[in-house]
Amino acid sequence: MAVHSTDTTGAARSASVTRSEKSELTRSRVGSAWLFLAPMLILLALVAGWPLVRTIWFGFTDANLADLSNWKFVGLDNYIAHYEGKWSGLLVDPEWWRAVWNTVWFAAVSVALETIFGMVIALVLNASFPGRGLVRTAVLIPWAVPTIVSAKMWSWMLNDQFGIVNDALMKIGLIAHPLAWTANPDLSMISVIMVDVWKTTPFMALLILAGLQMLPSDCYEAARVDGINPVKVFFKVTLPLVRPAVMVAVIFRALDALRIFDLIYVLTSNSKDTMSMSVYARQQLVDFQEVGYGSAASTLLFITVGLCIILYMVAGRVQLEKE
Amino acid sequence: MDLRKHAALIAGGLSAALMTIGLAHAATISISCGAVGKELEMCKTGAEAWAKKTGNQVKLVSTPDSTTERLALYQQLLAAGASDIDVFQIDVIWPGILANHFIDLSKAAGKAADEHFQPIIKNNTVGGKLVGMPWFTDAGVLYYRKDLLEKYGAKPPTTWEELTATAQKIQDGERKAGNDKMWGYVWQGRAYEGLTCDALEWVASYNGGTIVDPAGKVTINNPGAITALKTAAGWVNTITPKGVLNYGEEEARGVFQSGNSVFMRNWPYAWNLANSADSPIKGKVGVVALPKGGANGRNAATLGGWQLAVSKYSKNQAQAADLVMYLTSAAEQKRRAIEASYNPTIGSLYKDKDVLAAVPFFGSLYDTFVNAVPRPSTPTGTKYNQVSSEFWNATSAVLSGQTDAAAAVKSLDEKLSRMSRGGKW
Repeated sequence: MAVHSTDTTGAARSASVTRSEKSELTRSRVGSAWLFLAPMLILLALVAGWPLVRTIWFGFTDANLADLSNWKFVGLDNYIAHYEGKWSGLLVDPEWWRAVWNTVWFAAVSVALETIFGMVIALVLNASFPGRGLVRTAVLIPWAVPTIVSAKMWSWMLNDQFGIVNDALMKIGLIAHPLAWTANPDLSMISVIMVDVWKTTPFMALLILAGLQMLPSDCYEAARVDGINPVKVFFKVTLPLVRPAVMVAVIFRALDALRIFDLIYVLTSNSKDTMSMSVYARQQLVDFQEVGYGSAASTLLFITVGLCIILYMVAGRVQLEKE
Repeated sequence: MDLRKHAALIAGGLSAALMTIGLAHAATISISCGAVGKELEMCKTGAEAWAKKTGNQVKLVSTPDSTTERLALYQQLLAAGASDIDVFQIDVIWPGILANHFIDLSKAAGKAADEHFQPIIKNNTVGGKLVGMPWFTDAGVLYYRKDLLEKYGAKPPTTWEELTATAQKIQDGERKAGNDKMWGYVWQGRAYEGLTCDALEWVASYNGGTIVDPAGKVTINNPGAITALKTAAGWVNTITPKGVLNYGEEEARGVFQSGNSVFMRNWPYAWNLANSADSPIKGKVGVVALPKGGANGRNAATLGGWQLAVSKYSKNQAQAADLVMYLTSAAEQKRRAIEASYNPTIGSLYKDKDVLAAVPFFGSLYDTFVNAVPRPSTPTGTKYNQVSSEFWNATSAVLSGQTDAAAAVKSLDEKLSRMSRGGKW
């Protein structure tokens, strides 16, 4: 990378000497750049582009999993259709909207909690204390465990009859009767969010910690000389400076949270109380064999995630410009 | 070295080469087996016995416990035309959905097909093709604790109302005596196919039909169904832990077999496990037919059971079909019945002395098994999964108290009628 960039500046300098030289050099550079990029682009098109286009296309057909080669084009029928005086399709399916609401609610709450806890942990880990290296590694463990494993582990721990969570809470007297964490409709979403926060807070902490360690020390020295109290230092110095790092971390997490599948599916299966957009799409695609309808749902999921990220980035940029 | 020696060496080499060709011809057959209770172990011993007998090899692929998830896995494999699995263990409700991917077994079966229960053979025949050989049948039964019922002077219940009263009485008594983990009744309440089985039993026992009748008409909105769902919702948090809304078969067995429940609804496989050497309730378990819905109701058990099918993408179809015939034969079904209480699909085995000695209720509940209530997978065809999903979701909402029974069956009726385009499916 470094060699490449010095090379570019060198080329730019020499290119400014004569015009013809510049265009020839640029042309050959652009050519070789494409050549080097080609394998990557082809790979991306194959593993990301083709499935995406295919899914969007299937969304306009009545394809069925039993026989994928036999389908016909149905236009927007999977999204909305008027049949015998009744509207049908995804856009009028209350279950789809419930899944959208579940997903957005899950993403907002879990990412907010993870950001707060991640910030606290990052601040602690940023201070120097004996055994810091060990603690930094230990904190990462929940994130390193594969989701499917940790979800199954939690589903046993949260079991109402022989789960350790109920046992512990009852022993210290916080609850009188065992709670059905994953079965009770009022508790199941809370359980899902709790496990997700447990699992991904370390990831947030790590990203924010990386941001914290890049902060210049002179601001802090100036603050110390002026005798500003630590709380004010955090809000006036640390937070504004670390904001770009937090923004990136939040985008990563939000992207991830909006397409949540594994955790919810393992903990609560196809229950409507916690069904996310991905769980909904999978149920249509696989359980009901409705590849067309399920692909339409996947397409909407893709659009929703895209919209959320665009909104977030626009909001972030507007605020940055104001400052 | 003289010529003769050369000739002998060459001949030796040739015969060795021929032998390896002979060995290479023996196939490796992959079979998918469930892993509920002793299932995997039984499948393994059975398949290995066949391998030993025929000189082939077998590879076992274990699949998810939940039938809903298992179907999802199969569909992904089969839709991709994967040849990784030769023999599939398929649920009684799947022949219609998966028929496209399996070979016709009627030739391989020959007369063997006549020995099996004919309704199952009929169920497994799609468009004239026998897509699966019956391996074991299933029907929901009621397990109870003989010792506890005796202690409280109660008889095995014949109606759901009796069950509720008995369960409540024993649960209260045992909790007073110090076992505060005691519950009255556990069953399968998670939002999955198992809940459809349990709820269909409640509805059918109150003469509320089978959701969709054989002609395809949606029948769920009726007083029997409403009473049934109301009764079941009344159990949750009184005689049944609220966590049951996330229980499958094995979770229910976990509670019952640890001695923490008076009654359990489950399939026959739990009998052998509840009486195994390390079971805390060994010898204390009785089995009867599931109760009737009120005095005018009927005993209803949902028909379950599994078939073996051969994938049309298999590279060794002949050997795979041979394995299927071996595993579904009377001798193997007898072994499975005795060692792991799997219900045979061959009528004569229900009169077999050894089988009855191992699993006495096979005799007393013969009628239950033969007259089990089928889920509406035949009239609804490929839409069955959607029907079942709507049904278990509606039931789940009633059980968790989010909707009342009457409103739930009314909206379910509307949804299913729309889905069926007025009963035409």
